[in-house]
Amino acid sequence: MAEKSLMKGNEALAEAALRAGCKCFFGYPITPQTEIAAYLSKRMPKVGGVFLQAESEVAAINMVYGCAGSGIRCMTSSSSPGISLKSEGISYIAGADLPCVIIDVMRGGPGLGGIQPSQADYYQITKGVGHGDYNIIVLAPSTVQEMADCVTKAFDLADKYRMPAVVLADGLLGQMMEPVAFDDAEIVMSDASNKPWAANGHKNARKHNIINSLYLQAPELERTIKERYERYAEIEKNEPVGVADYCDDADIVVVAYGSTARLAKSAVDEARKQGIKAGVFRPVTLYPFPKNELNAAVKNAKKVLVVEMSMGQMVDDVKLAINCSKPVDFFGRTGGVIPAPAEILAKIKEMGGNN
Amino acid sequence: MTNEFLLAGFGGQGILFAGKLLAYVGLYAGKEVSWLPSYGPEMRGGTCNCSVTVSDAPIGSPLILEPTQLLVMNTPSFDKFIGAVKPDGMAFIDSTLVEGQSDRKDIKCFYVPATAMANENGLKGMANIILAGKLLKEIGLTDEAVIEKAMKKCIPPKKADKLEANMKALKLGMDFNG
Repeated sequence: MAEKSLMKGNEALAEAALRAGCKCFFGYPITPQTEIAAYLSKRMPKVGGVFLQAESEVAAINMVYGCAGSGIRCMTSSSSPGISLKSEGISYIAGADLPCVIIDVMRGGPGLGGIQPSQADYYQITKGVGHGDYNIIVLAPSTVQEMADCVTKAFDLADKYRMPAVVLADGLLGQMMEPVAFDDAEIVMSDASNKPWAANGHKNARKHNIINSLYLQAPELERTIKERYERYAEIEKNEPVGVADYCDDADIVVVAYGSTARLAKSAVDEARKQGIKAGVFRPVTLYPFPKNELNAAVKNAKKVLVVEMSMGQMVDDVKLAINCSKPVDFFGRTGGVIPAPAEILAKIKEMGGNN
Repeated sequence: MTNEFLLAGFGGQGILFAGKLLAYVGLYAGKEVSWLPSYGPEMRGGTCNCSVTVSDAPIGSPLILEPTQLLVMNTPSFDKFIGAVKPDGMAFIDSTLVEGQSDRKDIKCFYVPATAMANENGLKGMANIILAGKLLKEIGLTDEAVIEKAMKKCIPPKKADKLEANMKALKLGMDFNG
Protein backbone atom coordinates (compact mmCIF):
# COMPACT_ATOMS: atom_id res chain seq x y z
CA MET A 1 0.00 0.00 0.00
CA ALA A 2 1.22 3.45 -0.88
CA GLU A 3 1.15 6.37 1.55
CA LYS A 4 -2.31 7.54 2.55
CA SER A 5 -3.55 10.81 1.13
CA LEU A 6 -6.76 12.78 1.56
CA MET A 7 -9.34 12.43 -1.18
CA LYS A 8 -13.01 13.17 -1.55
CA GLY A 9 -15.16 10.05 -1.64
CA ASN A 10 -16.13 10.81 -5.23
CA GLU A 11 -12.47 11.12 -6.29
CA ALA A 12 -11.40 7.97 -4.45
CA LEU A 13 -14.19 6.03 -6.13
CA ALA A 14 -13.20 7.38 -9.55
CA GLU A 15 -9.53 6.47 -9.06
CA ALA A 16 -10.49 2.98 -7.87
CA ALA A 17 -12.68 2.49 -10.95
CA LEU A 18 -9.68 3.17 -13.21
CA ARG A 19 -7.57 0.76 -11.21
CA ALA A 20 -10.29 -1.87 -11.61
CA GLY A 21 -9.78 -1.59 -15.38
CA CYS A 22 -12.84 0.55 -16.12
CA LYS A 23 -11.96 1.65 -19.65
CA CYS A 24 -15.02 3.74 -20.46
CA PHE A 25 -16.98 6.25 -18.40
CA PHE A 26 -20.19 7.85 -19.65
CA GLY A 27 -21.77 10.51 -17.46
CA TYR A 28 -23.66 13.71 -17.08
CA PRO A 29 -23.04 16.28 -14.32
CA ILE A 30 -25.25 16.52 -11.25
CA THR A 31 -24.47 17.56 -7.67
CA PRO A 32 -23.26 15.90 -5.43
CA GLN A 33 -21.45 13.40 -7.70
CA THR A 34 -19.88 15.68 -10.31
CA GLU A 35 -16.33 15.16 -8.96
CA ILE A 36 -16.46 11.59 -10.29
CA ALA A 37 -16.88 12.84 -13.85
CA ALA A 38 -14.47 15.76 -13.34
CA TYR A 39 -11.77 13.46 -11.97
CA LEU A 40 -12.17 10.89 -14.75
CA SER A 41 -12.16 13.58 -17.44
CA LYS A 42 -8.60 14.38 -16.35
CA ARG A 43 -7.36 10.85 -15.64
CA MET A 44 -8.99 8.71 -18.35
CA PRO A 45 -7.06 10.12 -21.33
CA LYS A 46 -3.76 9.55 -19.49
CA VAL A 47 -4.36 5.83 -18.99
CA GLY A 48 -5.81 5.00 -22.39
CA GLY A 49 -9.44 5.11 -21.33
CA VAL A 50 -12.50 6.94 -22.63
CA PHE A 51 -14.28 9.75 -20.81
CA LEU A 52 -17.47 10.92 -22.46
CA GLN A 53 -19.91 13.51 -21.20
CA ALA A 54 -23.18 12.43 -22.80
CA GLU A 55 -26.02 14.73 -23.80
CA SER A 56 -28.20 13.32 -21.02
CA GLU A 57 -28.41 10.63 -18.35
CA VAL A 58 -30.53 8.52 -20.73
CA ALA A 59 -27.83 8.69 -23.40
CA ALA A 60 -25.11 7.85 -20.87
CA ILE A 61 -26.78 4.66 -19.62
CA ASN A 62 -27.43 3.51 -23.18
CA MET A 63 -23.75 4.09 -24.01
CA VAL A 64 -22.99 1.86 -21.02
CA TYR A 65 -25.37 -0.75 -22.48
CA GLY A 66 -23.49 -0.76 -25.75
CA CYS A 67 -20.04 -0.69 -24.19
CA ALA A 68 -20.89 -3.47 -21.72
CA GLY A 69 -22.08 -5.56 -24.67
CA SER A 70 -18.59 -5.35 -26.17
CA GLY A 71 -17.18 -6.94 -23.00
CA ILE A 72 -15.32 -3.88 -21.73
CA ARG A 73 -15.60 -2.70 -18.12
CA CYS A 74 -17.60 0.51 -18.06
CA MET A 75 -19.37 2.77 -15.60
CA THR A 76 -21.80 5.65 -15.27
CA SER A 77 -22.56 7.78 -12.24
CA SER A 78 -25.30 10.13 -11.20
CA SER A 79 -27.36 11.33 -8.29
CA SER A 80 -30.98 10.54 -7.48
CA PRO A 81 -32.97 12.44 -10.19
CA GLY A 82 -30.42 11.33 -12.78
CA ILE A 83 -30.71 7.70 -11.68
CA SER A 84 -34.48 7.86 -12.28
CA LEU A 85 -33.71 8.88 -15.86
CA LYS A 86 -31.40 5.88 -16.24
CA SER A 87 -33.99 3.39 -15.00
CA GLU A 88 -35.10 2.17 -18.43
CA GLY A 89 -31.52 1.51 -19.52
CA ILE A 90 -30.71 -0.35 -16.30
CA SER A 91 -33.67 -2.67 -16.89
CA TYR A 92 -32.49 -3.35 -20.47
CA ILE A 93 -28.93 -4.09 -19.30
CA ALA A 94 -30.24 -6.51 -16.67
CA GLY A 95 -32.50 -8.13 -19.28
CA ALA A 96 -29.51 -8.54 -21.61
CA ASP A 97 -27.33 -10.06 -18.84
CA LEU A 98 -24.54 -7.50 -19.15
CA PRO A 99 -22.08 -6.46 -16.44
CA CYS A 100 -21.63 -2.76 -15.67
CA VAL A 101 -21.22 -0.48 -12.67
CA ILE A 102 -23.59 2.35 -11.77
CA ILE A 103 -22.91 4.90 -9.03
CA ASP A 104 -25.70 6.68 -7.16
CA VAL A 105 -24.51 9.47 -4.84
CA MET A 106 -27.90 10.11 -3.27
CA ARG A 107 -29.43 13.53 -2.61
CA GLY A 108 -32.79 14.51 -1.19
CA GLY A 109 -35.94 13.85 -3.25
CA PRO A 110 -38.60 13.49 -4.58
CA GLY A 111 -38.40 15.53 -7.76
CA LEU A 112 -35.35 17.75 -8.01
CA GLY A 113 -35.47 17.73 -4.20
CA GLY A 114 -32.26 19.16 -2.82
CA ILE A 115 -28.54 18.57 -3.09
CA GLN A 116 -27.78 17.56 0.50
CA PRO A 117 -27.15 13.93 1.57
CA SER A 118 -30.04 11.46 1.67
CA GLN A 119 -30.76 7.72 1.61
CA ALA A 120 -34.24 7.99 0.14
CA ASP A 121 -33.36 5.97 -3.00
CA TYR A 122 -33.16 2.71 -1.03
CA TYR A 123 -36.41 1.25 -2.34
CA GLN A 124 -35.64 2.32 -5.90
CA ILE A 125 -32.07 0.99 -6.03
CA THR A 126 -32.47 -2.24 -4.05
CA LYS A 127 -35.59 -3.19 -5.98
CA GLY A 128 -33.81 -3.03 -9.34
CA VAL A 129 -34.52 0.65 -10.34
CA GLY A 130 -36.40 -0.16 -13.57
CA HIS A 131 -39.31 -2.33 -14.68
CA GLY A 132 -39.40 -6.12 -14.78
CA ASP A 133 -38.50 -9.20 -12.77
CA TYR A 134 -34.82 -8.75 -11.87
CA ASN A 135 -32.27 -7.80 -9.23
CA ILE A 136 -29.07 -5.80 -9.30
CA ILE A 137 -26.16 -6.03 -6.87
CA VAL A 138 -26.05 -3.09 -4.42
CA LEU A 139 -23.03 -2.22 -2.26
CA ALA A 140 -23.13 0.50 0.42
CA PRO A 141 -19.78 2.02 1.50
CA SER A 142 -19.51 3.99 4.73
CA THR A 143 -16.01 5.51 4.50
CA VAL A 144 -13.96 7.10 1.73
CA GLN A 145 -11.67 4.05 1.66
CA GLU A 146 -14.75 1.89 1.20
CA MET A 147 -15.93 4.10 -1.67
CA ALA A 148 -12.76 2.89 -3.41
CA ASP A 149 -12.96 -0.72 -2.24
CA CYS A 150 -16.66 -1.11 -3.12
CA VAL A 151 -16.24 0.00 -6.72
CA THR A 152 -13.53 -2.61 -7.24
CA LYS A 153 -15.78 -5.27 -5.76
CA ALA A 154 -18.74 -4.02 -7.83
CA PHE A 155 -16.80 -4.59 -11.07
CA ASP A 156 -15.76 -8.09 -9.97
CA LEU A 157 -19.29 -9.11 -8.93
CA ALA A 158 -20.85 -7.59 -12.05
CA ASP A 159 -18.50 -9.66 -14.24
CA LYS A 160 -18.89 -12.80 -12.14
CA TYR A 161 -22.69 -12.79 -12.35
CA ARG A 162 -23.13 -10.84 -15.63
CA MET A 163 -25.38 -8.16 -14.19
CA PRO A 164 -25.36 -4.49 -13.19
CA ALA A 165 -23.86 -3.60 -9.81
CA VAL A 166 -24.57 -0.33 -8.01
CA VAL A 167 -22.44 1.51 -5.46
CA LEU A 168 -25.01 3.34 -3.35
CA ALA A 169 -23.42 6.33 -1.61
CA ASP A 170 -24.71 9.75 -0.59
CA GLY A 171 -23.61 13.38 -0.67
CA LEU A 172 -21.83 13.10 2.66
CA LEU A 173 -19.54 10.28 1.47
CA GLY A 174 -19.09 11.85 -1.95
CA GLN A 175 -18.04 15.26 -0.65
CA MET A 176 -16.02 14.43 2.45
CA MET A 177 -12.28 13.79 2.48
CA GLU A 178 -10.66 11.01 4.47
CA PRO A 179 -7.32 9.23 4.17
CA VAL A 180 -7.28 6.65 1.40
CA ALA A 181 -4.59 4.36 0.01
CA PHE A 182 -4.31 2.39 -3.22
CA ASP A 183 -1.93 -0.45 -3.93
CA ASP A 184 0.92 0.18 -6.30
CA ALA A 185 -0.28 -2.16 -9.06
CA GLU A 186 -0.07 -0.90 -12.63
CA ILE A 187 -3.36 0.20 -14.21
CA VAL A 188 -4.47 -2.36 -16.81
CA MET A 189 -7.52 -1.51 -18.92
CA SER A 190 -10.06 -4.27 -19.34
CA ASP A 191 -10.74 -6.05 -22.61
CA ALA A 192 -13.20 -8.73 -23.76
CA SER A 193 -10.95 -11.72 -23.02
CA ASN A 194 -12.73 -14.16 -20.69
CA LYS A 195 -16.05 -12.86 -22.02
CA PRO A 196 -17.06 -15.33 -24.74
CA TRP A 197 -20.53 -13.75 -24.90
CA ALA A 198 -19.22 -10.32 -25.94
CA ALA A 199 -20.52 -8.82 -29.19
CA ASN A 200 -17.24 -7.49 -30.54
CA GLY A 201 -15.40 -7.76 -33.84
CA HIS A 202 -14.14 -11.28 -34.63
CA LYS A 203 -13.81 -11.39 -38.47
CA ASN A 204 -16.18 -14.38 -38.71
CA ALA A 205 -13.88 -16.48 -36.53
CA ARG A 206 -16.82 -17.69 -34.49
CA LYS A 207 -20.61 -17.75 -34.49
CA HIS A 208 -21.91 -14.25 -33.83
CA ASN A 209 -23.23 -13.34 -30.38
CA ILE A 210 -26.61 -11.67 -29.93
CA ILE A 211 -27.36 -9.27 -27.10
CA ASN A 212 -31.04 -8.64 -26.61
CA SER A 213 -33.75 -8.27 -23.99
CA LEU A 214 -36.78 -8.91 -26.23
CA TYR A 215 -38.51 -12.31 -26.01
CA LEU A 216 -41.99 -12.26 -27.58
CA GLN A 217 -42.76 -15.91 -26.76
CA ALA A 218 -43.94 -15.97 -23.15
CA PRO A 219 -42.49 -19.40 -22.25
CA GLU A 220 -39.09 -18.35 -23.61
CA LEU A 221 -39.12 -15.11 -21.59
CA GLU A 222 -40.14 -17.05 -18.50
CA ARG A 223 -37.24 -19.45 -19.06
CA THR A 224 -34.67 -16.62 -19.29
CA ILE A 225 -36.03 -15.02 -16.12
CA LYS A 226 -36.02 -18.29 -14.22
CA GLU A 227 -32.40 -18.92 -15.26
CA ARG A 228 -31.53 -15.46 -14.00
CA TYR A 229 -33.21 -16.19 -10.66
CA GLU A 230 -31.06 -19.33 -10.28
CA ARG A 231 -28.08 -16.98 -10.45
CA TYR A 232 -29.72 -14.68 -7.89
CA ALA A 233 -30.07 -17.66 -5.55
CA GLU A 234 -26.31 -18.23 -5.86
CA ILE A 235 -25.67 -14.56 -5.11
CA GLU A 236 -27.96 -14.65 -2.08
CA LYS A 237 -26.07 -17.69 -0.82
CA ASN A 238 -22.52 -16.50 -1.51
CA GLU A 239 -22.31 -12.73 -1.41
CA PRO A 240 -24.15 -11.14 1.56
CA VAL A 241 -21.89 -9.04 3.83
CA GLY A 242 -22.80 -7.39 7.13
CA VAL A 243 -20.65 -6.03 9.95
CA ALA A 244 -21.71 -6.39 13.59
CA ASP A 245 -20.20 -4.36 16.45
CA TYR A 246 -20.97 -5.05 20.14
CA CYS A 247 -24.04 -7.09 19.17
CA ASP A 248 -23.36 -10.22 21.24
CA ASP A 249 -24.69 -8.85 24.53
CA ALA A 250 -26.68 -5.89 23.17
CA ASP A 251 -30.25 -5.26 24.35
CA ILE A 252 -30.81 -2.85 21.47
CA VAL A 253 -29.22 -3.40 18.05
CA VAL A 254 -29.12 -0.38 15.77
CA VAL A 255 -29.21 -1.25 12.05
CA ALA A 256 -27.91 1.36 9.60
CA TYR A 257 -26.01 1.42 6.30
CA GLY A 258 -23.71 3.81 4.47
CA SER A 259 -22.85 7.11 6.12
CA THR A 260 -25.68 6.67 8.63
CA ALA A 261 -23.91 3.56 9.96
CA ARG A 262 -20.97 5.68 11.11
CA LEU A 263 -23.33 8.11 12.87
CA ALA A 264 -25.05 5.13 14.52
CA LYS A 265 -21.65 3.73 15.56
CA SER A 266 -20.83 7.06 17.29
CA ALA A 267 -24.16 6.92 19.13
CA VAL A 268 -23.56 3.30 20.18
CA ASP A 269 -20.00 4.08 21.35
CA GLU A 270 -21.43 6.83 23.56
CA ALA A 271 -24.23 4.54 24.79
CA ARG A 272 -21.65 1.93 25.82
CA LYS A 273 -19.68 4.61 27.71
CA GLN A 274 -22.88 5.35 29.62
CA GLY A 275 -23.37 1.67 30.42
CA ILE A 276 -26.16 1.08 27.91
CA LYS A 277 -25.98 -2.29 26.14
CA ALA A 278 -26.36 -1.20 22.52
CA GLY A 279 -24.84 -2.69 19.38
CA VAL A 280 -24.75 -1.75 15.72
CA PHE A 281 -25.21 -3.86 12.59
CA ARG A 282 -24.26 -2.51 9.16
CA PRO A 283 -25.41 -4.17 5.95
CA VAL A 284 -22.58 -3.70 3.44
CA THR A 285 -24.43 -5.48 0.64
CA LEU A 286 -28.01 -4.20 0.34
CA TYR A 287 -28.77 -6.71 -2.39
CA PRO A 288 -28.17 -9.45 -1.43
CA PHE A 289 -29.45 -8.34 1.99
CA PRO A 290 -27.39 -10.00 4.77
CA LYS A 291 -30.34 -11.81 6.36
CA ASN A 292 -28.44 -14.55 8.18
CA GLU A 293 -25.83 -12.13 9.46
CA LEU A 294 -28.57 -9.79 10.75
CA ASN A 295 -30.40 -12.63 12.47
CA ALA A 296 -27.17 -13.67 14.19
CA ALA A 297 -26.54 -10.07 15.29
CA VAL A 298 -29.99 -9.57 16.85
CA LYS A 299 -30.21 -13.07 18.39
CA ASN A 300 -29.84 -11.81 21.98
CA ALA A 301 -31.39 -8.37 21.46
CA LYS A 302 -34.69 -7.27 22.96
CA LYS A 303 -35.34 -4.58 20.36
CA VAL A 304 -34.06 -3.40 17.00
CA LEU A 305 -33.70 0.24 15.90
CA VAL A 306 -33.31 1.10 12.21
CA VAL A 307 -31.75 4.50 11.41
CA GLU A 308 -31.83 5.97 7.91
CA MET A 309 -31.64 9.32 6.15
CA SER A 310 -35.20 8.81 4.87
CA MET A 311 -38.68 8.32 6.26
CA GLY A 312 -37.95 4.59 6.61
CA GLN A 313 -37.24 2.20 3.72
CA MET A 314 -34.63 -0.37 4.73
CA VAL A 315 -36.70 -0.86 7.89
CA ASP A 316 -39.05 -3.04 5.79
CA ASP A 317 -36.19 -5.35 4.73
CA VAL A 318 -35.01 -5.59 8.35
CA LYS A 319 -38.50 -6.68 9.49
CA LEU A 320 -38.68 -9.24 6.68
CA ALA A 321 -35.18 -10.55 7.35
CA ILE A 322 -35.89 -11.22 11.02
CA ASN A 323 -39.48 -12.26 10.28
CA CYS A 324 -40.69 -9.64 12.81
CA SER A 325 -39.25 -11.81 15.60
CA LYS A 326 -38.36 -8.65 17.61
CA PRO A 327 -39.94 -5.22 17.90
CA VAL A 328 -38.42 -2.96 15.21
CA ASP A 329 -38.42 0.81 15.77
CA PHE A 330 -37.30 3.52 13.36
CA PHE A 331 -35.55 6.87 13.54
CA GLY A 332 -34.77 8.99 10.49
CA ARG A 333 -34.08 12.47 9.22
CA THR A 334 -34.82 13.28 5.61
CA GLY A 335 -34.70 15.93 2.91
CA GLY A 336 -30.94 16.36 3.28
CA VAL A 337 -30.81 16.69 7.08
CA ILE A 338 -28.05 14.57 8.63
CA PRO A 339 -29.06 12.94 11.93
CA ALA A 340 -26.80 13.83 14.86
CA PRO A 341 -25.36 10.95 16.91
CA ALA A 342 -26.95 12.62 19.98
CA GLU A 343 -30.42 12.26 18.41
CA ILE A 344 -29.80 8.56 17.77
CA LEU A 345 -28.60 8.10 21.35
CA ALA A 346 -31.73 9.86 22.64
CA LYS A 347 -33.84 7.41 20.61
CA ILE A 348 -31.92 4.43 22.06
CA LYS A 349 -32.65 5.75 25.56
CA GLU A 350 -36.32 6.38 24.71
CA MET A 351 -36.57 2.72 23.67
CA GLY A 352 -35.57 1.72 27.17
CA GLY A 353 -31.86 1.31 26.62
CA ASN A 354 -31.05 2.57 30.10
CA ASN A 355 -28.30 1.17 32.22
CA MET B 1 -8.58 13.35 22.30
CA THR B 2 -10.75 14.82 19.55
CA ASN B 3 -10.39 18.24 17.94
CA GLU B 4 -13.40 19.44 15.99
CA PHE B 5 -12.54 22.44 13.85
CA LEU B 6 -15.18 24.55 12.16
CA LEU B 7 -13.82 27.04 9.62
CA ALA B 8 -16.11 29.66 8.12
CA GLY B 9 -15.97 32.74 5.94
CA PHE B 10 -16.70 33.92 2.41
CA GLY B 11 -16.06 31.77 -0.66
CA GLY B 12 -12.61 32.67 -2.00
CA GLN B 13 -10.93 33.30 1.37
CA GLY B 14 -9.34 29.86 1.37
CA ILE B 15 -11.56 28.34 4.05
CA LEU B 16 -11.52 24.91 2.39
CA PHE B 17 -7.77 25.09 1.81
CA ALA B 18 -7.08 25.99 5.45
CA GLY B 19 -9.31 23.06 6.44
CA LYS B 20 -7.37 20.72 4.16
CA LEU B 21 -4.11 21.91 5.75
CA LEU B 22 -5.44 21.15 9.26
CA ALA B 23 -6.61 17.72 8.08
CA TYR B 24 -3.19 16.88 6.62
CA VAL B 25 -1.47 18.07 9.80
CA GLY B 26 -3.71 15.63 11.68
CA LEU B 27 -3.01 12.82 9.21
CA TYR B 28 0.77 13.28 9.42
CA ALA B 29 0.53 13.50 13.22
CA GLY B 30 -0.85 9.95 13.09
CA LYS B 31 -4.48 10.79 13.84
CA GLU B 32 -7.79 9.83 12.26
CA VAL B 33 -9.08 12.75 10.17
CA SER B 34 -12.11 13.84 8.16
CA TRP B 35 -12.87 16.99 6.13
CA LEU B 36 -16.34 17.99 5.04
CA PRO B 37 -17.18 21.15 3.07
CA SER B 38 -20.49 22.90 2.92
CA TYR B 39 -21.55 22.42 -0.68
CA GLY B 40 -24.24 23.97 -2.76
CA PRO B 41 -25.42 27.32 -4.05
CA GLU B 42 -24.19 29.15 -0.94
CA MET B 43 -20.62 28.60 -2.12
CA ARG B 44 -20.93 30.97 -5.07
CA GLY B 45 -19.75 34.23 -3.50
CA GLY B 46 -21.71 33.59 -0.33
CA THR B 47 -20.68 32.07 2.96
CA CYS B 48 -18.61 28.91 3.01
CA ASN B 49 -17.70 26.58 5.83
CA CYS B 50 -15.82 23.40 6.43
CA SER B 51 -15.75 20.80 9.23
CA VAL B 52 -12.44 19.12 10.08
CA THR B 53 -12.16 16.42 12.73
CA VAL B 54 -8.79 15.22 14.08
CA SER B 55 -9.13 12.38 16.55
CA ASP B 56 -7.39 9.44 18.21
CA ALA B 57 -10.48 7.31 17.52
CA PRO B 58 -12.28 6.48 14.23
CA ILE B 59 -14.60 9.33 13.27
CA GLY B 60 -18.36 8.87 13.21
CA SER B 61 -20.02 12.05 12.08
CA PRO B 62 -17.81 14.30 9.93
CA LEU B 63 -20.35 17.11 10.32
CA ILE B 64 -19.48 19.49 13.16
CA LEU B 65 -22.28 21.44 14.82
CA GLU B 66 -20.42 22.34 18.03
CA PRO B 67 -16.71 22.92 17.33
CA THR B 68 -13.93 22.76 19.91
CA GLN B 69 -12.08 25.32 17.76
CA LEU B 70 -13.74 27.88 15.49
CA LEU B 71 -11.86 29.81 12.79
CA VAL B 72 -13.91 32.69 11.34
CA MET B 73 -13.19 35.21 8.63
CA ASN B 74 -16.37 37.26 8.29
CA THR B 75 -19.03 38.83 10.49
CA PRO B 76 -22.00 36.68 9.37
CA SER B 77 -20.09 33.49 10.20
CA PHE B 78 -18.90 34.94 13.52
CA ASP B 79 -22.48 35.82 14.48
CA LYS B 80 -23.74 32.41 13.33
CA PHE B 81 -21.17 30.14 14.97
CA ILE B 82 -19.61 31.86 18.01
CA GLY B 83 -22.46 30.65 20.22
CA ALA B 84 -21.96 27.05 19.04
CA VAL B 85 -18.35 26.71 20.27
CA LYS B 86 -18.09 24.06 23.01
CA PRO B 87 -17.39 25.35 26.54
CA ASP B 88 -13.59 25.53 27.11
CA GLY B 89 -13.21 25.79 23.34
CA MET B 90 -11.34 28.40 21.31
CA ALA B 91 -12.22 30.90 18.59
CA PHE B 92 -9.73 32.33 16.09
CA ILE B 93 -11.16 35.51 14.64
CA ASP B 94 -9.88 37.65 11.76
CA SER B 95 -10.33 40.97 13.56
CA THR B 96 -9.65 42.96 10.36
CA LEU B 97 -12.87 41.59 8.87
CA VAL B 98 -15.05 40.67 11.84
CA GLU B 99 -16.86 43.48 13.61
CA GLY B 100 -17.45 43.15 17.34
CA GLN B 101 -16.25 40.78 20.02
CA SER B 102 -17.75 37.86 21.87
CA ASP B 103 -18.95 38.28 25.46
CA ARG B 104 -18.57 34.55 26.15
CA LYS B 105 -16.41 33.90 29.22
CA ASP B 106 -16.31 30.11 28.84
CA ILE B 107 -14.23 30.09 25.66
CA LYS B 108 -10.88 31.60 24.67
CA CYS B 109 -11.09 34.13 21.84
CA PHE B 110 -8.03 35.09 19.80
CA TYR B 111 -8.48 38.28 17.78
CA VAL B 112 -5.88 38.13 15.02
CA PRO B 113 -5.81 40.99 12.47
CA ALA B 114 -4.91 38.36 9.90
CA THR B 115 -6.01 40.20 6.75
CA ALA B 116 -4.09 43.34 7.77
CA MET B 117 -1.03 41.26 8.69
CA ALA B 118 -1.17 39.48 5.32
CA ASN B 119 -1.39 42.75 3.41
CA GLU B 120 1.46 44.35 5.39
CA ASN B 121 3.75 41.40 4.78
CA GLY B 122 3.14 40.97 1.06
CA LEU B 123 1.03 37.88 1.71
CA LYS B 124 -2.26 39.04 0.22
CA GLY B 125 -4.88 36.30 0.34
CA MET B 126 -3.08 34.29 3.01
CA ALA B 127 -4.99 35.50 6.08
CA ASN B 128 -6.49 32.00 6.25
CA ILE B 129 -3.02 30.49 6.73
CA ILE B 130 -2.07 33.10 9.36
CA LEU B 131 -5.17 32.12 11.36
CA ALA B 132 -4.47 28.40 10.85
CA GLY B 133 -0.91 28.99 12.13
CA LYS B 134 -2.23 30.64 15.28
CA LEU B 135 -4.72 27.80 15.79
CA LEU B 136 -2.05 25.12 15.35
CA LYS B 137 0.23 26.92 17.81
CA GLU B 138 -2.49 27.21 20.46
CA ILE B 139 -3.71 23.61 20.28
CA GLY B 140 -0.17 22.22 20.25
CA LEU B 141 -1.25 19.18 18.24
CA THR B 142 2.16 18.48 16.74
CA ASP B 143 5.57 19.95 15.91
CA GLU B 144 6.59 22.33 13.13
CA ALA B 145 8.21 19.65 10.98
CA VAL B 146 4.88 17.83 10.65
CA ILE B 147 3.08 21.09 9.88
CA GLU B 148 5.62 21.93 7.18
CA LYS B 149 5.22 18.46 5.64
CA ALA B 150 1.44 18.99 5.57
CA MET B 151 1.81 22.39 3.90
CA LYS B 152 4.09 20.90 1.23
CA LYS B 153 1.47 18.23 0.52
CA CYS B 154 -1.36 20.78 0.25
CA ILE B 155 0.35 22.99 -2.33
CA PRO B 156 -0.04 21.42 -5.78
CA PRO B 157 3.14 21.08 -7.88
CA LYS B 158 1.87 23.74 -10.31
CA LYS B 159 1.84 26.29 -7.47
CA ALA B 160 5.12 25.24 -5.85
CA ASP B 161 6.30 28.89 -5.99
CA LYS B 162 3.65 29.72 -3.36
CA LEU B 163 5.12 27.37 -0.75
CA GLU B 164 7.57 29.88 0.71
CA ALA B 165 4.91 32.59 1.13
CA ASN B 166 2.51 30.13 2.74
CA MET B 167 5.18 28.96 5.18
CA LYS B 168 5.88 32.62 6.01
CA ALA B 169 2.17 33.20 6.67
CA LEU B 170 2.01 30.10 8.85
CA LYS B 171 4.98 31.27 10.97
CA LEU B 172 3.51 34.78 11.21
CA GLY B 173 0.37 33.26 12.71
CA MET B 174 2.29 30.97 15.03
CA ASP B 175 4.40 33.83 16.37
CA PHE B 176 1.46 36.22 16.84
CA ASN B 177 0.89 37.13 20.48
CA GLY B 178 -2.56 38.29 21.40
